[in-house]
Amino acid sequence: MTKILVLDPDSCTSCRLCELACSQRNFGVFRPSLSHIRVAINAEDAFYFPMVCIQCDDAPCIEECPTEALVRDPDTNAVVVVEENCTECGLCESACPYGAIRVFDGRAHKCDLCGGDPECVRFCAAGALRYESGESWPREQRQAYAEQLRNLAEEVKA
Amino acid sequence: MNAYTGKVLRVDLGSRTTREEPIDPKLAREFIGGRGLASKIYCDEVDAEVDPLDADNKLIFATGSLTGTSAMCGGRLMVVTKGALTGTIACSNVGGTIGPELKYAGFDMIIFEGKAAEPVVLVIDDGKVELRSAVELWGKNVHETEDALHAQLGAGFKFMSIGPAGEKLVRFACVMNDKGRAAGRSGVGAVMGSKNLKAVAVRGTGGVTVAKPEGFRTACLDALDVLMKAEITGKLLPQLGTAVLVNVINDSGIFPARNFQQGQFDTAGKISGETIVEQILVRRRACVACPIACGRVTALPDGKFTGRGDGPEYETIWALGADVGVDDLAAVTKANYICNELGMDTITAGATIACAMELFENSAVSENEVGGPLRFGDAEAVVNMMTRIGNRRGFGDVLAEGAARVADKYGRPDLFMGVKKQEFPAYDPRGTLGMGLQYATSNRGACHVRGYLIAPEILGFPVKADPHTSEGKAALTILFQDLTAVIDSSGICLFTALGMGAPELLAMLKTGTGFDYDMDEMMQAGERIWNLERLFNHRAGFSGKDDTLPKRLLDEPLTGGPAKGKTVPLDKMLTEYYRLRGWDVEGRPTREKLTALGL
Repeated sequence: MTKILVLDPDSCTSCRLCELACSQRNFGVFRPSLSHIRVAINAEDAFYFPMVCIQCDDAPCIEECPTEALVRDPDTNAVVVVEENCTECGLCESACPYGAIRVFDGRAHKCDLCGGDPECVRFCAAGALRYESGESWPREQRQAYAEQLRNLAEEVKA
Repeated sequence: MNAYTGKVLRVDLGSRTTREEPIDPKLAREFIGGRGLASKIYCDEVDAEVDPLDADNKLIFATGSLTGTSAMCGGRLMVVTKGALTGTIACSNVGGTIGPELKYAGFDMIIFEGKAAEPVVLVIDDGKVELRSAVELWGKNVHETEDALHAQLGAGFKFMSIGPAGEKLVRFACVMNDKGRAAGRSGVGAVMGSKNLKAVAVRGTGGVTVAKPEGFRTACLDALDVLMKAEITGKLLPQLGTAVLVNVINDSGIFPARNFQQGQFDTAGKISGETIVEQILVRRRACVACPIACGRVTALPDGKFTGRGDGPEYETIWALGADVGVDDLAAVTKANYICNELGMDTITAGATIACAMELFENSAVSENEVGGPLRFGDAEAVVNMMTRIGNRRGFGDVLAEGAARVADKYGRPDLFMGVKKQEFPAYDPRGTLGMGLQYATSNRGACHVRGYLIAPEILGFPVKADPHTSEGKAALTILFQDLTAVIDSSGICLFTALGMGAPELLAMLKTGTGFDYDMDEMMQAGERIWNLERLFNHRAGFSGKDDTLPKRLLDEPLTGGPAKGKTVPLDKMLTEYYRLRGWDVEGRPTREKLTALGL
């Protein structure tokens, strides 16, 4: 059975160690602005929310990519970027409903679950990020997550 | 340079010019970063006799060497200057988000010089630096200031700002970040106000690299595991915040009540960390890179006092609660919110009111002068007085000078509970003797975060020391003071010292900076920083005779609790302390010591 990255926003404390760990692991620099995982923080409302690719089963980024630069890793079930196929077209970025892919420095960037050992999870002491057995996010959970993101977007706008 | 950005931003407020300067790697190694490096630069550049509020004083915002990395609890920034409250060197530490953001924007440190002709705000946007008029922000409180700047500049900026208290030179004004985190003590906010510097806004998308990424990762994860397995940092602080201490310290008989007239507060349970969780906690909140997350977001939705914000922390609960005889958690919290909004130190604010209350109850100050009664236990009077102090209105203008000057003014200097014009925090040293020595010798006046002797004496960490004996306390105090200087300079939160030790810190520091420190070099750097600060204070006019405690703590025994009958045998500890420090009998560092430290 594969594992999935479980997000538990209620346990998040807004420390952003996940962003630091992710950027260091993937880019060799402590630079939250590059991190695949981002904690949305609305301090006023004590609202903290980790946002990262949830590796959808029917991933729109894979469907939209015209050059097969996004493929499923059979071992981890993560959607990964094939760098040499990527043309920076940005279709994946607009297709992702969760804002979990960004295109910069000549290619798409997204969470690949660190090949099955997510660094963010190792640094999350609060238990807001966990890597646990499971097939993939069930539909209801994905819908709930999308709903929370939508609420967040509205709050930020307001 | 690794871990550092390698750049200092120097801002001349008078001429409204800015320039970048490199960090000297040799000094960085010798003074670690943050508090140490900024103090070195400060002491080299500023005449120690300067009036803290004069344009010739300088104000430095300094990140630690490891700030911005995943070093555990390493997101801190130090404000270094000569304190408006104390006249000693001051360094006030703040968490929140500003430290890492400054590094991501490209700077390790900002040095402010001179005085702006009119209020200004410094805006740093990814290395782009601009001084803008803050005339329209002047008069706004901290929350309004952050909101206005957010609207003006757009999303993603972090702020350091002063409120009306800093503008009006309240001697214990602080500098605030994220609306609820304070570089709190010694009056660093008044210095900022004296320069007409309303705020600093910082946004950065850059990053920080470390010397040995694999080794650094291992060091961070080791420290994380140690912190999370430790009782205090892994369980008590996350669950109950710093206020976990209320019951612990009260039970130890050293929770000072009513301006240190008693060592216990009967109804402490009503303002404890447990009660906060039950009644007002909304959610906990961490500073950047902190797995402990002791911060509290709280709300008072209804009742006599309402509001929402950060805190109260342990020291605040004591100062705005037990020290003024108040056990109404809503009132304590409301007074805390007001301090945050007006930008002033909760400890000195509460302790100064407590001093005034004792003056009032002893008829040393009249009701007419105060503008009403000011008795211990009057929650409403405390909350109302807070606004008057922050705006220097009425009797608040008198209290805005801090307890030492208030007690002097009314002819009762013995009722000032503090050292070097800075009020004590929330531990009665009569029942924690090492803390008494540390208070007396601290380089910024009475202070708990220059050497937290409560850890061994009360909490039993890393090892239990008997709080009621003076034996061995000089050596222990020196160890804690020097190690704390290293922790502060690294940009690490002092609370890590309640869960991990020097080896974890050394591992992160070495692999992060690439400086090949060993334990001796690291601890000697702490000693170097301590001696540097001490020398500055000597040049500023302080001497060994200022290393003392109020008569009450030296001569009047505690009347109840586990420390009943105790006073602080300071002289004995002090003599040994000077000797072990390598100082002369008057507390002055000897030439041999200074040479050994390269000062």
